[in-house]
Amino acid sequence: MAGPSSHADVSAELATRPGHTNLRSTLVRWLLITISLTFLGALLAAPLVAVFAMALEKGWEAYFSSFADDATRASIRLTLITAAIVVPLNTVFGITAAWCIAKFEFRGKSILITLIDLPLAVSPVVSGLIYVLLFGLNGWFGLWLQDHDINIVYALPGIILATMFVTFPYVARELIPLMQQLGNDEEEAAITLGAGGWLTFFRVTLPRIRWGLIYGVILCNARAMGEFGAVSVVSGLVRNLTMTMPLQIEALYNEYNMVGAFAVASVLSLLAVATLIIKTLVEGRTGYRRR
Amino acid sequence: MRNAGKREPNVIPGFGITLGFTTFFLSAIVLLPLSAMVFKTAGMDWSRFVEVIASPRALASYRLSFGASLVAASVNMVFGFALAWTLVRYDFPGRKLVDAIIDMPFALPTAVSGIALATIFSANGWIGQYLEPLGIFVAYTPLGITVALTLIGMPFVVRTVQPALQEVQRDLEDAAETLGAGRFYVFRRIIVPTVLPALLTGFTLAFARAVGEYGSVTFIAGNKYMETEITPLLIIFKLEEYDYAGAAALGFVMLAISFVMLLAINLLQVWGRRRMMVSR
Repeated sequence: MAGPSSHADVSAELATRPGHTNLRSTLVRWLLITISLTFLGALLAAPLVAVFAMALEKGWEAYFSSFADDATRASIRLTLITAAIVVPLNTVFGITAAWCIAKFEFRGKSILITLIDLPLAVSPVVSGLIYVLLFGLNGWFGLWLQDHDINIVYALPGIILATMFVTFPYVARELIPLMQQLGNDEEEAAITLGAGGWLTFFRVTLPRIRWGLIYGVILCNARAMGEFGAVSVVSGLVRNLTMTMPLQIEALYNEYNMVGAFAVASVLSLLAVATLIIKTLVEGRTGYRRR
Repeated sequence: MRNAGKREPNVIPGFGITLGFTTFFLSAIVLLPLSAMVFKTAGMDWSRFVEVIASPRALASYRLSFGASLVAASVNMVFGFALAWTLVRYDFPGRKLVDAIIDMPFALPTAVSGIALATIFSANGWIGQYLEPLGIFVAYTPLGITVALTLIGMPFVVRTVQPALQEVQRDLEDAAETLGAGRFYVFRRIIVPTVLPALLTGFTLAFARAVGEYGSVTFIAGNKYMETEITPLLIIFKLEEYDYAGAAALGFVMLAISFVMLLAINLLQVWGRRRMMVSR
C-alpha cells in the first residue's frame, strides 16, 4: 500500500488474469479473507469493542461519574503532566538525532541507530528496574539523593524518566528514514544561497518532514500516556500521587470496579483510535509508509 | 541510503552539535541506567547470581515466557502471513479499515488490552463462555498468556511481510504458470523464497517483544505460583521483597536475551537485503 494507487493496481491486475478467476482460486481467496478477518476480529476488534461495552455497562451516568473520583482525576492529571514533559523532550531529541544521522556520514552511525532503538527491545519491567537500581535507596545515587532530600524513584521524576526511556526512539525512528529518503539537495541549495542553519531547518526541512513528525509525536504521546510496565515499577503506587492512568486502571480492576477501570481504559482507547486515524491520514498525504 | 560520503564536502551545518546532543541524551537516558544494572549484577556473588537465575521458580518462568512467546510468534507467522497476503493481493470491502486496525497493538496501552482480554476470555466473557464448555480454559492459564502475546506481536509480522509480498514479481509468477507450473509450485518456489527473510524477521520481532511483555499478560495470567508467572513478573516480586540484587540478576538475564534478539534481527535483515539484491 505504497500509495493511493495500489487499490486500483489490485483490481487491474486481477482483471488481466483470466486464469485466476476459476472456482478454486475464488474459494481460496474467500477462505483466506474469512480466516484473516476472523483472526483479526477475535484478537483486535473484540477487545476494543469490549472496552467500550464494559465502560458503558451501567449507562452513561455511571460512566461519567467514574471521572468524578478524586483518585481517577489525579491519575489523569499525572498522565497529562508526564506526557507534557516527556513528549517535547523526546521530540527535540528525535529531530536532533534524525538531523545528525540523515544529513551526515560518520563512523559508528549504524551503532548509534541500534542504540537509539535499544529501548524497544528491552522489557518494560527492566526499563523501570534500571532507574530503581540507579536512584533507589541502595542505588548508585541513592544515599546522596536521600541526604539532599530528593525523591526520584516512587515520585514524579522517576515516572518521567521511565516513560522517557520507553518512548525514547519513536520520533527519531519516524524521521530518520523519511529524511534519508528526502536527501540533502534542497538544504544544500538553501545553505549555498546564504540561508543560515536555523532558517534552512524551519523553512526547508520542517515543511517536508511535517507529516512524519506529526505522526511520530502522536505515537510517542500515545505510548507515553499508556506505558504500564516501566511506570508500575518506579511508581510505588501511591494513590493520588504517583498513579498514572494505566496504573489507575489496574487498581480499579483489582477492586472489581469494572465500570471505573474500563471508563479510564476507554479514554486511552480513544487516544489509540485517534492515533491510528492520524497515521492513516498522514500516510495518505505523504504516500510514505512507516517501517 | 544515500552515499553522501563520496560527494563534495558537506555544506550542511550542525554536525558537531547534533551528534553531541544525541550522544549525551542517549547516554543519560538509556546507556547509563542500563550499565548501572549490569554493574549491579557484576558486583554480585557468583553463587548468589546462579542461585537467583537458576532457581526452580525462575526456570519455570523462562519455560513459560519462552514457550508462550514461541507459540504466539508461530501463530502470528501463519495468520500474519495470511493477513498480509489478503491485504496485498485481494480487494474486499473494508480493506482500508483492516489495514489501519492492524497497528492497534502499537497504539493501545498494554493495560487496556490486558483487562479487555481477561474479561472477554473469562468464564462468562464474550468468547470464554463458548470455549469453557469445550474444556478450553483461556483466562488464568498459559493459553491465556499466549493469546495476549499473540495480540501484541501480530502487527510486527504483518508489517514486515507486507512490503516483501509487494516485492514479489508478478510477471515471474505468470511466466511460471504459462510454463505449466501449478499454483502450489509457484507459491513454494517463487513466493516463499522472496518473503522468507521478512517472515523470519517478523517472527523474531514478535518473539522479542513477547518475551519482555508485562502489561497485557499480567491480567489474563492470574499469576499463579510456578504455573503462570512470567519472568518480568518475578522481577516485580523481587522488588517488592526489596531484593534489588535478585531483581538486577533477573533483569540482566532479560537484557542479555534482548541483545541476542537484536543481533538475530539485524543478521536476518542483512540476509534479506542480500537476497533481494541477488534476485534483481
